[in-house]
Amino acid sequence: MLQLERANPTRFRQLLIPLAAILITFLLTALLVLLVNVNPLEAYWYFLVQPLTGRVSLIEVLVKTTPLLLTGAAVSFAFAGGYWNIGAEGQLYAGATAATAIGLHMERVPAPIALLLIIMGGFVAGMAWALIPALMKVKLAIDEVVTTLLLNSVALFGVSALLNGPWRDPISQWPQSPEIAASAIFPKLIPRSRLHLGFVLAVLTIALLWFVLARTALGFRMQAVGLNRNAARFAGIRVERTLLTSALISGGIAGLAGVSEIAGIHYHLIDAISPGYGYTGIIVATLGGLQAWGVALAAFFLGLIDTGAQTVSRALGVPAYLGDVIQATLLLVTLGLLLLQNYRIRWRGVRA
Amino acid sequence: MNEGIQGAFLIGLLAATLRVATPLLFATVGEVITERSGVLNLGIEGIMFLGAFVGFAVAYHASAAGLTAYLWLGLAGAIGAGLVMGALMGFLSVSLGVNQHVAGLGITLLCTGLSLFGFRVIFGESAVLPSITPFGQFSMVGDLPVLGPILRQYALTYIAFLLLIPAAWQLLYRTSFGLQIRAVGENPEAADAAGVSVYRTRYAAILMGAALMAVGGAFLSLAQLGAFSPGIIAGRGWVCIALVIFARWDPVRSVVGALLFGSVFALQLRLQTLGMALPFELFLALPYLVTILALALAGRNAAYPGAYLQPYRRE
Repeated sequence: MLQLERANPTRFRQLLIPLAAILITFLLTALLVLLVNVNPLEAYWYFLVQPLTGRVSLIEVLVKTTPLLLTGAAVSFAFAGGYWNIGAEGQLYAGATAATAIGLHMERVPAPIALLLIIMGGFVAGMAWALIPALMKVKLAIDEVVTTLLLNSVALFGVSALLNGPWRDPISQWPQSPEIAASAIFPKLIPRSRLHLGFVLAVLTIALLWFVLARTALGFRMQAVGLNRNAARFAGIRVERTLLTSALISGGIAGLAGVSEIAGIHYHLIDAISPGYGYTGIIVATLGGLQAWGVALAAFFLGLIDTGAQTVSRALGVPAYLGDVIQATLLLVTLGLLLLQNYRIRWRGVRA
Repeated sequence: MNEGIQGAFLIGLLAATLRVATPLLFATVGEVITERSGVLNLGIEGIMFLGAFVGFAVAYHASAAGLTAYLWLGLAGAIGAGLVMGALMGFLSVSLGVNQHVAGLGITLLCTGLSLFGFRVIFGESAVLPSITPFGQFSMVGDLPVLGPILRQYALTYIAFLLLIPAAWQLLYRTSFGLQIRAVGENPEAADAAGVSVYRTRYAAILMGAALMAVGGAFLSLAQLGAFSPGIIAGRGWVCIALVIFARWDPVRSVVGALLFGSVFALQLRLQTLGMALPFELFLALPYLVTILALALAGRNAAYPGAYLQPYRRE
């Protein structure tokens, strides 16, 4: 019978797993494409290649990649540190709310200071939203999965209450805030495109992820706690303090994703500021193996799928929701395959 | 307000409370059974969504084909879809032993994507939502004053309160299978040593739970609305995750939580339609905040199942 045996992960396997996951995912989702009478190969060409061939669509892929880099890095910081932060979505909304609150009052503040203020404000707000479950975790040993998850809904209701109440733009019919001051808006990286300063911020954050995890004592402590809490404690690491740090950095970076969407894309707060970037961040982090280069590639790949879903819907009439199905399938397949990284499949005769 | 209007308001509120509580009860009991076996199924939000969609799609086509039992066929379809997703969750969390919370979220994302994709493929992009004639309401006590209108409810509401809750209680506390579920959730090693199959028991609990979650979702499309829309579940699954904790993993106590949330939800809806300028979102956030507060107060004494979130692997 088939048996799993423990084996050490190798570089080769680490590279092979994402590729195998992508292949299996596309084989599985091809069934859905066939269901709507479209050639899967043609559909995947629009998904994966076509967006990369034009300047406009390539820039759009980078625009879509930006929030995923940030939430992917946020989730990676937490997961690598053994803190299961499922609350990046709520922390993103907290960051977006703070960015709006500050941005609305930046009329007389020069641009560099205004930008610095909303970036810092969003980071602090994300941290603050992550603080409650983190404190409950380290002080009361209350599992963070459910508390961080539930606070996502609370954040959404909070934003919705603001938009239907004090922040309601009197001119617009929609529940949205007034626009933030021009000095607080992220400058564009390429004129007449949607690519903005947030992309730079996101790339720097990925670099920070690499630096902290690979080059600092803090990163070493975080990963030690993430791998084995008891062993870390035995080795003299202050586990609770390290967990708290992981959680707060994670929340702050998720908050930056909110800042980036407000100041770079929307300019006002709406309750649909994120189509689930916080949850997609979990896919990005898992697919990227919680490592900087992996997270960067995974975010780009999912940004490509987001863009490709629109392309394939326009070109072939395949509903764009196929992109969501592909992303979710990719997560589940990767989860399953990651196990193989630590195991070897052996065929053994059944003992009599 | 005079007395008559006040009375009608209260009767309407109580009736709506039972209605709102129904899908929550199905899904919460499903999650209770699942978590009692040591598995947290965060696929709940998506499985409810898929149940609402598949239930509606099956009922719509069965109705078009002239079948009179189209609503029950829809319900069966929803249960089938729930079982498929339960099997997937079981495969990932029990057979493979991956992170339960990440797997569960993945299933929620998958179910949401599949349902929206399926809806667009089957029903296109028409401006008018397709609809069916939903389940009717009836009163078990006839036209009695006060009680009659309050108890004018859907069959599924009666089933939830009068059958599901006693049955779940009976199952968990009065059958050997329930004992096995609780045993593998508290201490899988000991249960295994006593000859209980941890894998089989957890699979069974997850499958049962997922079927109930799907029924909870299908209640919304087949009874309450007679239609399917992208906002049909709107976080109700996450409410159930909170209710499970609030009920301290007990099916009977989950009635209290579901009724409390049902009444708050029904009240804010009514006050809103009366044109009162209330921040109704704060009402909606209440169950989450109360749950987090309850967890903080219970602290280390929170009644988590012993093997909560822990995959079991025979070494």
